[in-house]
Amino acid sequence: MVHGREIAYNSKVEGNIILANLDASINWMRTHSMWPMPMGLACCAIELMASGGARFDIARFGAEVMRFSPRQSDVLIVAGTVTYKMALATKRIYEQMPDPKWVIAMGACASSGGMYRSYAVLQGIDRILPVDVYISGCPPRPEALLEGLMRLQQKIMTEKSTTRQLVPEPALV
Amino acid sequence: MANTTTTFEQPDALLRTQQALDAAPDVPGERLTLNMGPSHPSTHGVLRIVLELDGEVVTKAIPDIGYLHRGDEKIAENMTYNQFVPYTDRLDYLAPLANNVAYACAVEKLMGWDLPPRGQAIRVLCCELARISAHLLGFGAMAMDCGAMSVFLYTFTEREKLYNLFESLTGARFTTSYTRIGGMTRDLPPGWLDEVAAFIKQYKPQIEETDKLLTRNKIFIERSRDVGVITRADAISYGITGPNLRGSGVDYDVRKVRPYLGYENYDFDIPVGSVGDCYDRYLVRLEELRQSVRIIEQVLAKFPEGPIHVADTKNYLPKKQKVLTKMEELIHQFILVTEGLKAPPGEVYFGAENPKGELGFYIRSRGGGVPYRLKIRAPSFVNLSILDKLLPGCMMADVVAILGSIDFVMGECDR
Amino acid sequence: MATTTEAIQSLQSAFAGKVGAAREFRGEHTLPVDREIIADVALHLRDKLGFDYLADICSVDNMGDEPRYEVVYEFAQMSAPHHLRIIAKVSEDEGSLPTISHVYATANWHEREIWDMMGIKFDNHPDLRRILMWEGYPYFPLQRDFPLEGKPSDTPGEAFTRIAPLEGGPFVTAPAEHNHDREPRARPPEPV
Repeated sequence: MVHGREIAYNSKVEGNIILANLDASINWMRTHSMWPMPMGLACCAIELMASGGARFDIARFGAEVMRFSPRQSDVLIVAGTVTYKMALATKRIYEQMPDPKWVIAMGACASSGGMYRSYAVLQGIDRILPVDVYISGCPPRPEALLEGLMRLQQKIMTEKSTTRQLVPEPALV
Repeated sequence: MANTTTTFEQPDALLRTQQALDAAPDVPGERLTLNMGPSHPSTHGVLRIVLELDGEVVTKAIPDIGYLHRGDEKIAENMTYNQFVPYTDRLDYLAPLANNVAYACAVEKLMGWDLPPRGQAIRVLCCELARISAHLLGFGAMAMDCGAMSVFLYTFTEREKLYNLFESLTGARFTTSYTRIGGMTRDLPPGWLDEVAAFIKQYKPQIEETDKLLTRNKIFIERSRDVGVITRADAISYGITGPNLRGSGVDYDVRKVRPYLGYENYDFDIPVGSVGDCYDRYLVRLEELRQSVRIIEQVLAKFPEGPIHVADTKNYLPKKQKVLTKMEELIHQFILVTEGLKAPPGEVYFGAENPKGELGFYIRSRGGGVPYRLKIRAPSFVNLSILDKLLPGCMMADVVAILGSIDFVMGECDR
Repeated sequence: MATTTEAIQSLQSAFAGKVGAAREFRGEHTLPVDREIIADVALHLRDKLGFDYLADICSVDNMGDEPRYEVVYEFAQMSAPHHLRIIAKVSEDEGSLPTISHVYATANWHEREIWDMMGIKFDNHPDLRRILMWEGYPYFPLQRDFPLEGKPSDTPGEAFTRIAPLEGGPFVTAPAEHNHDREPRARPPEPV
């Protein structure tokens, strides 16, 4: 390469450069590589597994990298009934996840206690964790889980990625 | 020059470790306490085991359950018999139809009812399809724990086909709530039996494919053979039921010993194992798939016509058409829905052969529409109680293979 | 291998005076026995009569009656359809009965569950800890006077419980006038 020849405008280089808003590009990357932490607690875990199977193929949304270690994941999918005995363990797993992190409450039990109005069941994980997306159903179909993931992607796109406000965790009620 | 072969001795790793441990009992090593679960991929839910390790050998195991205890038995005391059906879906959520059937049969025993032949045939069909779907996930997950991911994808593809069948029958993929006390929510949809027959036809070669993938797989055999041996005496004393018991060589099957739903009319075999290790338990499950297919074919061959529910008009919901036109039926429906059926005072225990083992319901009634006490004898709960005896002496890596081969569901274990 | 009626006769002669009258319902036989002899009865059933399979142990709380609790054992055979139910009554003051976990290993967890859920103790049990709830949970949930919605409790570092919103029953919700307040999450739990 001869010195000084390509200092100025280089169409070759510029063709590969896209100017974009930093927020938008970071969010775009985040939305398409969400690594879920599958917190399979009960029946919903079966539908969670089904959405990982060949028919529903969660990989189409960039969320097939199921990490069973909270330290490697971005999205906590709470699939199933959270009992009081399990509640603090769930909270601990959430706390171990690195920021930025999101929570999906999959199914009626995780969202509100569902049909288990009893002495042993936490009436919705939003009593201990900040929840981003609730998915209805008992259990939700895999399509509903995928819809929930897409809603979460939309939500992430609206976030201020560089100055993400940490969601204050709800105090134990 | 003559060809010579040399045999290398490769003694069993566990034996070798044990010998090393015995040779040096005073090694100043530390016992390591390792917490496994309640959130761990191979505990299939929320089982927690506190393991004490010496090197790689487990010296002590304390299972800790209850992380999915949802209070089902207390809930049952607070609702009518029919209202509890959806909760039985969520006991063993891999085979909800079988749970529905077992619960309905238990309450029908309390009522002293017998289903007409068509109702029984539908229930047998449901039970066996549920058994197939549960075993498919059972050893799919076991193979995944042993390192063979592909089997899981194959079995889940078959399960999706079964889910389609369940969905057209009940409206839900697996929380079916199909039975009512004394019958079913609805009769079979048109053409459903043909769909089942078509499924069975294409499924039979699939069993052989799973067989080829796993049964002679060197790695799978190494991981599972002679691992986690449950002796015959232990299995009986611990009350283990289902494929885990039959893997240990006891031919106990509720369908044969205390037949229900006309199982005595069908021709099927009970596979039993010879050693009681993980490999035997897998083989028993595989053979049970073939036997379930056999039963389904017999049911389909002579599917009876007629009513699907009991004739007791006082205690079974009348036809909707009649409710809307006749006063008497309207009153019956109103009383049945608000007060529940009129159960006699008494107590019954009914056990059914579910995919995981004997699912029993003990019902104590003081009369009226609400059970005074309903106890669920969960096979997974009983099968897991042997863990603290089974795990010590195993290698750390065997724990996941053993858990996979015991094939438990925590929803049922903790209730 | 004894049939159920033979087993009842054998138990009545072996433990005369401590075994009540058998009753039958829907083809199942139930035999009440005194709580002190339950371990001997189990041993007798297993070794002499061939009831090698303990299917289940259940507990019933007859609140208001005396004795208050019943422990229900389901004995069966692995090779024959015979089944015998043994019932032992336990009063609230005694609150315990002998363990049979040395006879049937499966009784170990069943007895722990009964202690956990109903608060009945088993003498000489090798490991009588809570099994479904956690150590430190102060109540016995299956007792009749324990409400379905639970009571608040706190075990620091382990777990906590709060009252579930019931509105009169598991499926019952309040009338639809105040839709906003009806949402269970919107309501603070009621004070104890």
